[in-house]
Parts: sequence; C-alpha cells; structure tokens
Amino acid sequence: MSNLPLLSLLIWTPIVGGLLLLGARSLDCCNPRPVALAVAMVTFLASLLLWTGFDISTADMQFQEKASWVAAFNVYYHLGVDGISMPLIILTTFTTVLVVLAGWEVIKEKPAQYMAAFLIMEGLMIGVFSALDAVLFYVFWEGMLIPMFLIIGIWGGPRRVYATIKFFLYTFLGSVFMLVALIYMYTQSGSFAILDFHVLKLGLTEQILIFLAFLLAFAVKVPMWPVHTWLPDAHVEAPTGGSVILAAIMLKIGGYGFLRFSLPITPDASSELDWLIILMSLVAVIYIGFVALVQADMKKLIAYSSIAHMGFVTLGIFLVFRIMDNNAGSLQGAAMGLQGGMVQMVSHGFISGALFLCVGVLYDRMHSRQISDYGGVVNTMPVFAALMVFFAMANSGLPGTSGFVGEFMVVLASFRADFWFAFLAATTLILGAAYSLWMVKRVVFGDIGNEEVAKLKDINGREALILGSLAVAVLVLGLWPGPLVEVMEATVNNLLAHVAVSKL
Amino acid sequence: MLIEPGEFLLLLPEIFVLAMACAILVLDLFLKDSERFISYWLSQLTLVFAAVITLALDNGETHTAFHGTFIADPMGASLKVFIHIVTAAAFLYSRHYLSERGLFKGEYYVLGLFGMLGMMVMVSAHSLLTIYLGLELLSLSLYAMVAFNRDSYPCSEAAMKYFVLGALASGMLLYGMSMLYGITGSLDITTIAGRLAEGVAPPVVVAFTVTFLVAGLAFKLGAVPFHLWVPDVYQGASTPVTLYLGSAPKIAAFAMVMRILAESVGSALSDWQGMLIVLAVLSLAIGNVVAIAQTNLKRMLAYSTISHVGFLLLGILAGNPQGYAAAMFYIITYALMATGAFGMIILLSRAGFEADEINDFRGLNQRNSWYAFMMLILMFSMAGVPPTVGFYAKLSVLRAVVDLDMLWLAGVAVFFSVIGAFYYIRLVKVMYFDQAEDDQPLASGFDLRFGLTVNSLAVLLLGLFPGGLMALCASVIT
Repeated sequence: MSNLPLLSLLIWTPIVGGLLLLGARSLDCCNPRPVALAVAMVTFLASLLLWTGFDISTADMQFQEKASWVAAFNVYYHLGVDGISMPLIILTTFTTVLVVLAGWEVIKEKPAQYMAAFLIMEGLMIGVFSALDAVLFYVFWEGMLIPMFLIIGIWGGPRRVYATIKFFLYTFLGSVFMLVALIYMYTQSGSFAILDFHVLKLGLTEQILIFLAFLLAFAVKVPMWPVHTWLPDAHVEAPTGGSVILAAIMLKIGGYGFLRFSLPITPDASSELDWLIILMSLVAVIYIGFVALVQADMKKLIAYSSIAHMGFVTLGIFLVFRIMDNNAGSLQGAAMGLQGGMVQMVSHGFISGALFLCVGVLYDRMHSRQISDYGGVVNTMPVFAALMVFFAMANSGLPGTSGFVGEFMVVLASFRADFWFAFLAATTLILGAAYSLWMVKRVVFGDIGNEEVAKLKDINGREALILGSLAVAVLVLGLWPGPLVEVMEATVNNLLAHVAVSKL
Repeated sequence: MLIEPGEFLLLLPEIFVLAMACAILVLDLFLKDSERFISYWLSQLTLVFAAVITLALDNGETHTAFHGTFIADPMGASLKVFIHIVTAAAFLYSRHYLSERGLFKGEYYVLGLFGMLGMMVMVSAHSLLTIYLGLELLSLSLYAMVAFNRDSYPCSEAAMKYFVLGALASGMLLYGMSMLYGITGSLDITTIAGRLAEGVAPPVVVAFTVTFLVAGLAFKLGAVPFHLWVPDVYQGASTPVTLYLGSAPKIAAFAMVMRILAESVGSALSDWQGMLIVLAVLSLAIGNVVAIAQTNLKRMLAYSTISHVGFLLLGILAGNPQGYAAAMFYIITYALMATGAFGMIILLSRAGFEADEINDFRGLNQRNSWYAFMMLILMFSMAGVPPTVGFYAKLSVLRAVVDLDMLWLAGVAVFFSVIGAFYYIRLVKVMYFDQAEDDQPLASGFDLRFGLTVNSLAVLLLGLFPGGLMALCASVIT
C-alpha cells in the first residue's frame, strides 16, 4: 500500500480519463457523462486514502515520489503533500464530482469536451497542490489556464470572449514574473526544489524583489484588491461548473502559493511588507463588501463576496508577524491566524461553490441571473429555498456553519495583532450578512414576482444530492472543525517556526 | 599542401546532396507532368539518406578539411539532421498544395535541395569564405523560390524586395568580413579568433568590424530594425515557400551566427553583447506589439518570427556555452512550431482559396476538432505556455539571461511575451469560440494530415519530456 504512487494516480487518472473522453467522442460510442462521473468518483475515493494514510504528527512531506525529469536543469518529478496541501486536494476531488454532476443535463453542446476539460483541470490542480519542484509547479500552474480558458470561452455567457481573454492575460502576466524569480533562485541554489528554496539564504533586497514577483502571481490568483477585476467578469460569463471550480479551487491556489512560497522563502520581506498585504486584505474585506452590496446580478454578487472572503485568508496568513512582535516571538497566537486562513479557504470552497450551484439551478430554469427577475422562489421551490438560505447564512458566518469557524479564528487572531485590524475585519460580519441575506430576501422570499417564477419546478434528485452533500460538508466543518485543524497543526507550527527565523 | 582522400569523406553528406540535386534536375526534364511524383520522392529520399550519412559520420569528434575551410563537428552534425527533418516536413506539406495549383514542378524541390545544400555549407563552414558561399547559395535559391509562382503579382513583388534587401545585407556582412580579414590577415575562423585574442587590432577597429557583422546577421535573421523585409516576404510568397524559408534557414542562420560571433569574434563579446541586447529588446517589442494589429495570419506569423528572433538573441548574447545551448534548443523547437503553423495554413487552403487570413480559421473546432486541437498546441507553444516545448525554450533562454545578472532583461522579455500571448490566444479564440462560416472539408492528403499530427504531437511530447533534446544541445556545444 505504501508503495502505491498515490499522488501520481490522483493527477494522471483524471487527465488520462479526460483525454480518452476526447478521443472516444469521435467514435461516438458512449455517453461521456457516466464515464466522466466514474473517473471523478474514482479519483475522489482514491484521494480519501490520502486522508486515512496521513500522519498528523509530522510536518514532513508525505506520499513523496521523486524521479529525474529534466536532467539538464536539475528538474525532478517530485510530489508530496503536507497538512496544508492535503485538505485542498480532497476539496478539489470532491468539487470535481459535484461539477460533473452539475453539468449533467445542462451542457448540451459538446458534452465530451466539457467533461474532459474539467477532468484535465482536476488533474492539473492536484498537480499544483502536490508539486515540490518549482518547474513542475509552474507547469501545472500555467497548464491550468488552458482548460479554464476554453471552458469560459466555449460554454460561457454572451461576453465570454472578453472575459476569458482578460482572465488569461491577467493570470499569465502575474505568473511570468514568478517564473523569473524561480529561475533566479535556481541560479542561486542550483536546484529547483521548493524545499531547497525554503532554506536558501537571500539578502533583503533580493527577498523583496522575489516577494513582489510572487505577490503579483498570487495576488492575481486570489484575487486581491486592486488586481481583482478579472474575477467578476470571468465568474459572470463562465458556465456554472466553471464558476464553481474558479471559486472553490483556483482562488485557493493563490492562498496556497503564499503559504508554500512567499512566507517560507522570503520571511524577512514578508515581515517587512506585511502592512501592504494587510492593507490590501482589509480594503478587500470592506470596500469589496460594499461593492457586493450593490450588485444586481447574483453571480457578480457572489464573485465580489468571494474576493471579500479571500481577503480574510490573506489577512490571516500575514497577521503572523504582527502577532509574533506583540507576543515577543510566541507562536501560539500566530498559529491561529494561519489556521483560520486555511479553514476559511476550505470553507469558502464549499460555500461559494454551493452558492454558484444555487445560482446555476435558478439560471437553468429562468436563464437570468438578475436579482430583480426573481422573488418568492420559496413558494414554488421550497426545498431549494431552504438550501439556498442555509448557504447564504453560512456565507455571512452563522455560528454552526463552516463560514463562522474561519472568520472567527482570523478575527480572534487579529485582536492579538492590533485592535483596529480586528475592528475593521469584523465589519465583514455585518457586510457579509447584509449582502447575502438581502440577496436571499429579494430572490427567495416575498410574493411571487412574476409568471416565470410561478412556473418553476423544485430541484430534482440530482440537484438535491449536489446541494445536500455540500450542506452536510458545511455543517460538519462548522460543528466539528477539529479533524481539519489537527491535520494542519504540525505543518502550520513548523511553518511558523521556520518563518520566525530570519534569513538575513 | 595536398588534400587527403579521407577529407572527402567528411563532406560526404554535402557531396551526396549536390549529386542528387543535379541528378533530379536533369531527370526532371524527361518526366511528364503525371510522373512528377518521381522527383518528389527522390528529393525525400535524398533527405533521408543525407540525414543517415550525417549521423553515421558523426562520432563526436571535430575534424577540419580542405585547409581548414570546412569543419565537421557534433554541433554541425545535429543541426544538419534537424535541417533535413524540417526540410522533409516542408516538402511533404507542400506537395498537396502545389499539385492542386498546377505548380507541382521539379524546380521547387531542386531549388529546395540546393538551398538546403547552402544551409549545410553554412553549418559546417570554418572560413569566412565558406560561410559566404553557403549563404549565397541559400539566398539565391530562396529568391528564386519566392518568385516561383511567376504569374502572381505579390510573389514577384516579394521576390524583388527580398532580393534587393538580401543583397544589401550580404553586402554589409561582406564588408564586415573584409575588415576582419584586413585586421587579422586570415579568413580561417580559428586563426581570426586567435589573432583577435592576442589584441592585434585597436578596439575601435574591432568594434567597427563587429558592427557590420552584426548588422549583416541581423538582416538575415530579421531582427529589428533590420526586419522590414520579413512581413512582406512572408505574406507575398506562396505558402509552401513561406513554410520553407521560415523554418530550416533559421537553423542555418543560427549556425552562421555561432560561427561568426561566437567562434570568430568571441573575444569581442563586450562589443556585440550590447548590440544584441538592443536588437533583442527592439525585436521583442516591435514583433509582439505589431503582430497584434495583423489580420493576415502569414503576416502575423512573420511578426511572431521577429519576436522569436528576439528571444534567440537573448540566448546568444549570454556569450557562454549555456546560452548558446539555450539558443540552439530555442531555434530547433521554433523551426518545428513554425513548420506546423504554416502547414496548418496549407491544410485549410484549397485550389482557389488561401486560408491565410486569421478569420479563415473561424470555428475550426466545429469543422474538425482534431486539427483545431493540433493548432491549439502550436499556438500555446509559441506563446510559451506549458506543457508545450515553447515553455522550455523560453525557460532555458531566460535562465541564461538571469545567470548574467540581467534580471531587467528577463523582465522585459517576459513582459513582451505576455503581450505576445494575446495574438496567439486570439487565434485559439477564433478557432474555438467563433462560428464556422466555411463548411468546405479540409485538404485531404493523408501524408499532410499525418505529418501535421506528428509535428504537433512532437511539440507536446517534447514539452513533457524536454530532457533529451536539452541534453543534446548542451553536449554538442563546447
């Protein structure tokens, strides 16, 4: 069992499955949907082995695989997971199953290509989370752009071409400077191993330049204010599945990048420039919160809410230096910020995914995302309404749901850094509740708005299964976050101990 | 000084190609139009055997022949083999196109073979005279090939432009060479390098000489500001000719740059490094920005070539084996991508219709999703997006630049490659997101389709496993 190359299987099963779907389509032999579902299910079940076989007592990389890949550049096919990446991989495999299910009936045009794109995407995203070699990481990171570019461009809404080219160029611009930084560190260390970069000594100027290059790449991906403008466009135009993957996984890759690259490789620059990130995060939380409030389009509203929630993640990650300064180097409080950020990432993956799926359910029936076209949906779709209200509550951080845990931990940690950070961050509890619940009020409650709404049919078994399983996940994580926190504890503490030591 | 009989053996590939080209030229006179395929297959056979002979003779050692005017070394051998492969692909793709238009004549293949002979001489030249000889043989064949479709007005115009500007460039280069001869008293590359290293000439004179050499080479490569002929010739020439002149000659031009800049005037690195930086930055900027404005695909690819030349120069200007190896990797992979891209234009064209506008690729995914996918691979590779080989080409060049501590230059390069990404993905957009207007089937030649598939998949596979080719490039450059 221990010899099984589990991570490679997780990466290549969906990619090969996707390619086979593309190939089989020309033969017209089989319905692509069950095949895609089977591949996604197998990958998800296999990823659970990661959870059961994971050793929570160590911060070392687990399930490692290493083979020489490009000898001339000292590049290795090196995979491994720790407490930070493992939960995100499971989130990826879980979400992909739901996305395949969500596209079951809706996607009528080129279903094989659609399913194949998502499966290939899944493999690439798992690759990003498990790559321990910088070139391998970059290959997966950039490779992801191709299927997403096609997903938005082929199956998207009316302004899909504009949105997808904007998405591609924005992220491409961010990542090429990261590539230069990676090459620079290679010339300094003679290796592309990320773990070697962690222990590479770097001067402050070098660190700041590298930090800024990383910031450009990850801030675009998260996305942080002010480089967030691609996200509302991409979300609005993407098909439901595309929005879900974007919100649930791709945004997390930015946060993961900060934890895997920025903090450990450039700790001194991170400490020096943490005000910048904290400022950008607080602007995202407050300003973007207000922006979300005035949206008339449901998808746009959830997209802006995603930016605000991701602001919490980056806030939690970069609070550590202030907390360590205040507590004379104590790591205890700082750990809470990091863990809060991580929990928030996983939780946001569930909640935002669920909300986009809810909008998708409505859009499939009414072909409109405008809030004003709805009203009184609860009268015709009671089961759906219950679920949507639940997810909106979770989005606004209701205790008992996963949304509460992450936000609470980050707010608590920010108290230890600075009262005003906590004060400003806590406004999200009001703003988040305002925009989420106000949207629900206008869409779900009230009298039946028009005849279209009166004709709506409640969700079928397939949709109930998708939304129901997400609801369970949100509840479990909200009531019993212990296992998730335990899994990442050793890694987070190790990361903090590493960050606390200056590289200068 | 007698010539040893064994020295002829070193020239066997060149002698073989020359003999075959002459034989095909004569034989073609006696063929009826319906038997023209014999010339075609003989040409392909020539390429195969030339590659086999080259490989068989290469034992990893370096020999010179004919009083040092000719050199057989591992770098030359591998470049020649790649030239043979790319030329074979060009011949293969053009067969269908030419026969549909009544242009399927022996001349195309004979001129192509003579041009290739010129490239082989350039690659293996070890004296300024031999370099010039090879260059002129190549150039004259290319001028004739561009004018090949003589009833076509754009072709004639392109040929005229190419001829005049090419002659000017040759003049520049020749002037630089004559000065080099004046300084060092020799045409032999090793002797020149030795004399220059001894410091026989005042630095100003050397710098003046290098300026002319660089200008001549930049003309041939099509680097800004010596690029003006490139778009007109690419667009004006008929597509099989553009395919031929946009691929293999680039490899030969790289070899010429290596022989002249790296091997002859390598000691004047500080002089030409600065010039190449300026050329590279300008090529990246103008090539990428102007390509955005193009609606004609051949013209867009011409500007894209200019920007790729910018990247190539980045590798060369590093002035160390690592940089040269990166540049060699870059040019080989570029030739592969360019062949594929022009091949796709041929695939979409048919008698009386040239698919050389970007809009002609509209909705290709609906018409034929397999070839849309092949073109997608090529375009993302040109943009440098992994997992295609274009990414590794850019990676190795950037590494050479970062190694020189020229981080700003790497920054400029990646910035312009983002701008460049726009026009490549625009083509993907046209193929995948737009509706097809043209429902005619694609060109049906099996060989063309098979060749293009292999070509594009090679771009993808080399992207997944770039190690072998990289190691080869590193090992042949010493």
